[in-house]
Amino acid sequence: MSVKLTVVLLLSIALTSIVGTIIPQNQNPADYFRAYGEFLYRLFDVLNIFDMYHSWWFQFLLVLLTMNIFVCSIDRLSATWKIVFAKNPSFNLSRFRNLSQKETFSGNHPLTELKKRYEPFISKHFGYTKVEETDKGLCIFAEKWRWTRLGVYTVHLSVILLLLGGLIGSIFGFQGYVNIPEGETVDSIRTFPNGKIRSLGFEIKCNDFNVSFYDNGAPKEYRSSLTIFEKGRPVYTKDIIVNDPMKYKGYSIFQSSYGKMAPEANPKKAATFEMPSDGITLNFTSRQSGKTYKIKTVIGKPVDIPEGLGKFVLLEYRKSAEFIGQNIGEACIGILTPKGGKPVEILLPLHFPNFDRMRKGRVFISVDAQAPEKFNPGSNPAERYYTGLQVTKDPGVFVVYAGFIVMIIGCFITFFMSHQRVCIEIIKGKTKSKVIVSGTANKNKMGMHQKVKKLSDQLADLTNGS
Amino acid sequence: MNSSNLLSITTFIYGAAAFFYLAHWVFKKDLLGRLGTWTAIIGAAGNIAGFILRWVESYQMGIGHVPLSNMYESLVFFSGTLVIIYLIIERKTQNSIIGAFATPIAFLAMAYASMSPNISDRIQPLIPALKSNWLIAHVITCFLGYAAFAIAFGLCIMYLVKQRDVQGTSSLLSSFPKAIVLDELNHQMIMFGFLFLSIGIITGAVWANSAWGSYWSWDPKETWSLITWFIYATLLHARMMRGWYGKRIAYLSIIGFMAVLFTYFGVNLLPGLHSYGSV
Ligand code: HEM
Repeated sequence: MSVKLTVVLLLSIALTSIVGTIIPQNQNPADYFRAYGEFLYRLFDVLNIFDMYHSWWFQFLLVLLTMNIFVCSIDRLSATWKIVFAKNPSFNLSRFRNLSQKETFSGNHPLTELKKRYEPFISKHFGYTKVEETDKGLCIFAEKWRWTRLGVYTVHLSVILLLLGGLIGSIFGFQGYVNIPEGETVDSIRTFPNGKIRSLGFEIKCNDFNVSFYDNGAPKEYRSSLTIFEKGRPVYTKDIIVNDPMKYKGYSIFQSSYGKMAPEANPKKAATFEMPSDGITLNFTSRQSGKTYKIKTVIGKPVDIPEGLGKFVLLEYRKSAEFIGQNIGEACIGILTPKGGKPVEILLPLHFPNFDRMRKGRVFISVDAQAPEKFNPGSNPAERYYTGLQVTKDPGVFVVYAGFIVMIIGCFITFFMSHQRVCIEIIKGKTKSKVIVSGTANKNKMGMHQKVKKLSDQLADLTNGS
Repeated sequence: MNSSNLLSITTFIYGAAAFFYLAHWVFKKDLLGRLGTWTAIIGAAGNIAGFILRWVESYQMGIGHVPLSNMYESLVFFSGTLVIIYLIIERKTQNSIIGAFATPIAFLAMAYASMSPNISDRIQPLIPALKSNWLIAHVITCFLGYAAFAIAFGLCIMYLVKQRDVQGTSSLLSSFPKAIVLDELNHQMIMFGFLFLSIGIITGAVWANSAWGSYWSWDPKETWSLITWFIYATLLHARMMRGWYGKRIAYLSIIGFMAVLFTYFGVNLLPGLHSYGSV
C-alpha cells in the first residue's frame, strides 16, 4: 500500500480500460464469434473481455485502488491531523532565517511603533499571529490556511465515495426499459441486461406521445405525457422529455425511444389483442319498430335481444378482419340465433357501422360508435405511437453526487490553497530598524515567493507612510 | 459578414500571430514579439466575436443555442480559451517565447475546424439529447481543461529541448524561460487542467444521468476521458509524493496530452457498435 502501488494500479486500470474501448462491449456472442474466430472468442470469453468493466478482475482492480487510497490516507491522516489541530502552532525562527529568499527594507521608526503598525495589518490577513522577542529585536509570526493540508484527504474521500456509490447502485439498483403504447398502462418493466420482468408496485400510463421535427428533418423533441397510478388512482402526471425525467418513489423514468405501433394488418399482433375488460356496447336495431337498443356485453355472454328477436353471443374481436378478400380492419364476430331460426355468424366491422344492414335480417347489429375508442385508444389508428421509457433505480446516485462535489472542492483546495507561514523580523538598529520578511508554504513555493514580495511592499508602505 | 467568415479570418490572424512569435524567437527582435502579442489579442477578440455572432445567428434562425454543440464549435471554443490562457501566462511571466509553442496549436485547431472535410460549420438545430445546461457546462469545463493541457504540452516540448542544452550554448534556447520555470508552469497548467477535466467529467456524468438515467456506462468516450484523468493523476502523485520533476514529468504530460487528443478525435475511429454487421 503505497504511492508506487497507486501508480501501478492507476496505470494498469488505464491500460486495461483501453481493451474495452477497442473491443465493443456486450454484443451478441455470435457476432463476436464471427469477428474473432473460435480461439480468440473462447479466450476473451474466459477473461470476460466482452463485459470487462463488470468482470471480476477489473472490479478487483478498482476495489484494490480504493482500499489502497483508504489505507494510505488513514495512515497519513493521523500525522497530518496532529499538525492541523495543534493548539499552539510553533514557529521556528532559524528556519525562516535560513530561507534563501527574503525581502528586506528599513524603517525610520522605533521597534514598538512598527509593531503597533504591523500587528493589526498582519492579523487582518492571517488567521493566527504571534509576537516573540528575539535576540535582535522582535519577530511577528503569522500563518493561515493550515487546514488546507486536509485537502488531499477530501479528494481521496471523494474517490472512495464514488466507488461506494457505484457499489450501492450495482447491488440495490437496476436499469430497465418498457414500451408503452399511447393510452395504455404498464405495471412492470424488463431489466437490463438480463431481460427479467420486474414489477414496479405502481402503474405507468402513457397518456400521449409526441415527436416533433425541425425543417431539416432532425428530431426536435420527444415528449411523453405520463401518469402514475397507485391502486388504480392517478397520483402524479408529468410530461417528460429527454433531459427532463420523471422521478417517483426513487425510480427515475426517462424518455429513451419511441416507435409506431405495428401496422394494423398484422394478424399475429391482432391475436394478442384483448377485449376491453369492461366489455363493449352493441346497438341492436329492430327492423319492425325501428327502435335501437344499446346493450353492453362481453365475449361469450349471450344477450337476449328485446322484442323477442333472438339471442346474440359475441365470440371474438379481430384486429384485422376480412370480408370477401377485403381487409375491413377491426371487427367483432358473433353468433345470432333468431327465434326459431338457424344460428348465423355475424361480422361487425368497427369502422363500417352499417355493414350488418346488408344482411337484411329482422335485427341489425353494430358496434356502438364509442366502442372503437376502447379498442384503439389514441385517435387515428395509423398514427399510433408507443413511447420507449428507461426506468432506473439507483440509490447510490446521492453518494456519487456527494463524491463529485467533494472532489471538486478537494481538488481546488489541494491545488490552489496552501498552508502559508510568514515571519516578519524587526531588528533594532541605532537610528533605523531593519525589517526582514520571509515566508514558506507547503505547496507552490514560487507563488509564495510572490506573496512574500507583495507583503513586504505593503509593510514598507505602512512603515514609511505617514 | 457571418460568423463562419469571421472565424475563418480569425484562423489567419492566429496563423500570423504564430508566425510573429516564431520569428520573434528565431530573430530575437522585441518588435516581433510585440506584434505577435497584438496579433494574438486581435485574434482572440475575433474568436470571441465569432462565437457570440454564431450564438446570435442561431437565434435568428429560430434554433437558438449556445454554440458548443458540435466538433466545429468546440474547436472554436478550444482555440479561444487556449489563446486567452496563453496571453495571461505571457503577461504573468513577461516572456513571449512560449507563444511560439502555444499559438500554433490554436492555429492548427482552427484550421482543422475550418478546412477539414469531415467537419461542418453549419449551424444545426439541437437534437433532444443535446438540450441540456449540463452539456454546456460539460463542454466549457472540458475544453478549459484541454486548453490548459495543450499549453502544458507546449511547455513540455520547450522544457525537453531546453534541458538538453546544458551548457546554454544554443542561442535559440537562450531566450526560453529557465528550465525550472518551465517545469513549474507546466505543473500549474496541469493542476488547472486536471481540476477542469475533473469538473468536465463530472458534469458529463450528471448530464448522462439526466438524459439516459445512468451516470457512467463505460462507453469509449467516457472510458478514454477516465484514462486521461488517470494519466494526469499518476503524474500528480509522482510529482507530489515521489518528487518527480523535469523530464519524467514532461514525458508523462505529453502522454497525457496524447490521451486528450485520442479522447477527442480518436474515439470516433474505434470500432463502433455496427462494425460487425447485423448487431
Ligand atoms: C483514483 C485516484 C487516486 C488514488 C488511487 C490515490 C491514491 C493515493 C495514495 C495511495 C497516496 C499516498 C499515500 C501514502 O503513501 O502515504 C496518495 C497521496 C496523495 N494524493 Fe492521491 N489518489 C488518488 C487521487 C488523487 C487526486 C485526484 C489528487 C489530486 C487532487 C490526489 C492528490 C494526492 C496528494 C497531494 C497526495 C500526497 C498526500 C500527502 O502528502 O499526504 N490524489 N494518493
